[in-house]
Amino acid sequence: MGFDRYFTDDHELIRRTARQWVAAEILPNVDEWEEAGTFPRDLYRRAAEIGILGVGYPAEYGGSPGDLFMQVVAWEEIARSGSGGLGASLGSLHIALPPILKFGTDEQKERFLPSVLSGERIAALAVTEPGGGSDVAGLSTTAVRYGDEYLVNGAKTFITSGCRADQYTVAVRTGGEGHSGISLLVIEAETPGFSRSEPLKKMGWWASDTAELFFDDCRVPRANLIGPENMGFIAIMENFQKERLQMSIVANITAELALQACLAYVTEREAFGRPLAGFQVLRHKLVDMATKVEVSREYTYRVAARMAEGEDQVTEVSMAKIFSTEASDFVTHEAVQIFGGYGYMREYLVERLYRDNRILSIGGGTTEIMKEIVAKRIL
Amino acid sequence: MRIAVCVKQIPDPATPYELDPDSHYVVRPNDQVLDDTDRYGVEVALQLAEATEGSVTLVSMSPSGNLQGIRQALAMGADKAVIVDDESLRGSDSLTTAKVLAGAIQREGFDLVIAGTESTDGYTGVVPQQVAELLDVPSLSFAKKVELAEDGAVRIERQTAAGYDVVQSAVPVLVTVTSGVVEPRYPTFKGIMQAKSKPVDTLGCGDVGVSPTTTQTIQAVEPVPAREAGEIVEDDGEGYAKIVAMLEQVKVI
Ligand SMILES: Cc1cc2nc3c(=O)[nH]c(=O)nc-3n(C[C@H](O)[C@H](O)[C@H](O)COP(=O)(O)OP(=O)(O)OC[C@H]3O[C@@H](n4cnc5c(N)ncnc54)[C@H](O)[C@@H]3O)c2cc1C
Ligand SMILES: Cc1cc2nc3c(=O)[nH]c(=O)nc-3n(C[C@H](O)[C@H](O)[C@H](O)COP(=O)(O)OP(=O)(O)OC[C@H]3O[C@@H](n4cnc5c(N)ncnc54)[C@H](O)[C@@H]3O)c2cc1C
Repeated sequence: MGFDRYFTDDHELIRRTARQWVAAEILPNVDEWEEAGTFPRDLYRRAAEIGILGVGYPAEYGGSPGDLFMQVVAWEEIARSGSGGLGASLGSLHIALPPILKFGTDEQKERFLPSVLSGERIAALAVTEPGGGSDVAGLSTTAVRYGDEYLVNGAKTFITSGCRADQYTVAVRTGGEGHSGISLLVIEAETPGFSRSEPLKKMGWWASDTAELFFDDCRVPRANLIGPENMGFIAIMENFQKERLQMSIVANITAELALQACLAYVTEREAFGRPLAGFQVLRHKLVDMATKVEVSREYTYRVAARMAEGEDQVTEVSMAKIFSTEASDFVTHEAVQIFGGYGYMREYLVERLYRDNRILSIGGGTTEIMKEIVAKRIL
Repeated sequence: MRIAVCVKQIPDPATPYELDPDSHYVVRPNDQVLDDTDRYGVEVALQLAEATEGSVTLVSMSPSGNLQGIRQALAMGADKAVIVDDESLRGSDSLTTAKVLAGAIQREGFDLVIAGTESTDGYTGVVPQQVAELLDVPSLSFAKKVELAEDGAVRIERQTAAGYDVVQSAVPVLVTVTSGVVEPRYPTFKGIMQAKSKPVDTLGCGDVGVSPTTTQTIQAVEPVPAREAGEIVEDDGEGYAKIVAMLEQVKVI
């Protein structure tokens, strides 16, 4: 398999298990789940049993301790299912739990980590609001303290795992304007005053449940505040770094799958009496696609390796997200083109990859926001 | 019950195989995988071991490489592995392989030996029976189900063309299992980490009392001929008769 510099034998063994599992239990059902717009809840538990769900989390909370590349392996192999939505929902814990693990008290970790890492409960992260997603510092959902509780009012939208989650890591305003008035609260689905929409109808990520959340005098125990009050912004920004790496990895696999599908197709499909692979225009296009996949993957791995070493990679991971999602935009677009009319048909994987890919340059911080971050740091 | 499972490490079937230009042997890469067929044998062994508080020892003859294939099987839950890795075994035929495996199994001691019916890469399908003969134990083949009888004997359902036969033997015995008999468990994350500290013994020919004799050489290797175009039968209402005649001619009906 290779990339010896990044992946050890342990990583490759986990990869093999993950691949076997995806092949046996996900791939045979994935088209059906995509059309149904959901997948069985039991998949979380299965993923946990095998040790894929909680990769990178401490064993004492039921995780499978491993380094960042162990997580990369899990993300990659789940992404190879070809269903971005399934990967997004199964992986929503990777954006919901890290702030609890890093800033939570022991009691909070006991309450909010083990049942998620065992696949019994689903965790989601809720930052984006109907009024705006990019401007995190401007969020307007409020949490006002009354005795032992916060009274939360407002709404969140586009929340992955939003319909099925049992607990949400929610960004709220506890203080004044701007980034210094933001906190993180864990809000459980059964909390009075909490409600959620039906699944939102989307362009892609069909197997994922995306919802709008409503907080209407929602009473949340003070014990659910993660970290010190009004210090949530830093936790959110830190959390984004890993999410952006994850999105880059997913973009790379999405592009790789599209490329592989094309390489197989051009030898089978004929036009004007010869295989598509014989047309120089297409051959060169495939080279452009393959080059972008290769370069993007290597760069992303380098960023991951440096993140794993604890280096500040804010600039680099933002660049990785810009580059990898542009690469996957190009590759998935061209893949549909190479497949011709069939590429527009739902029966063909490239059709889904094209739709699923579109979110990657938007979610977890848009390309424009990535450029703002990089510009501030290099100018 | 002491169970020995024959497991073969093979080059990943998803990657193209390479032949050594001189010897024409398959180049065994450092990275090999557990032969998919042997996952079933390991699972059957683990279930029987769990039922009898027994042990499962993996026995394999191969260039050990980085042991990825063996670690996959250890991660499923086997207790230990014995590998015979000797450069002089390169190009071994099935009988030499059987002698080596039987030697290693004998050395470990056993009540039951489990093997696949046929490997994915070599697929002669004769090694297990040779092993049984060398160990001087009965061989129950093509098991689609393996269970313990009340008196500690091993009872199998042997797959046949028409259905299955029930066959039973006292231990010690060798059983070959077909793919799909059981749902093999995954080498879980925990299993993979635990496997790191399980014993893996690496032996040479001398340790198992075999002096290798290469009795086969590969003279030449030819690429598989390209598939020829099929014959098209026009259906003029009697097309079926022509197809039946053609099938009879090639003796498939
Ligand atoms: C399928 C899906 C799943 C999602 N899952 C989650 C989730 O689990 N949790 C969560 O919190 N959020 C989630 N999101 C929300 C996502 O993170 C936001 O959509 C994204 O951050 C953009 O926010 P917005 O949609 O409000 O766009 P806006 O912020 O309104 O931006 C609109 C456009 O303006 C551009 N823009 C904004 N500000 C600037 C600027 N300063 N300079 C230049 N251009 C700018 C943006 O790049 C964009 O092109 C999800 C979204 C989708 C579609
Ligand atoms: C240095 C070296 C190089 C080798 N190179 C090759 C090679 O290029 N190609 C090749 O096919 N083999 C190779 N072998 C292994 C050996 O030659 C074959 O395993 C042997 O010829 C058996 O053939 P088969 O796969 O057809 O067995 P089959 O009879 O089809 O196998 C049936 C079952 O027997 C068991 N079994 C068979 N072989 C082994 C084994 N080696 N270890 C453990 N269990 C086994 C398995 O349970 C298997 O499912 C090599 C061995 C060594 C030491």
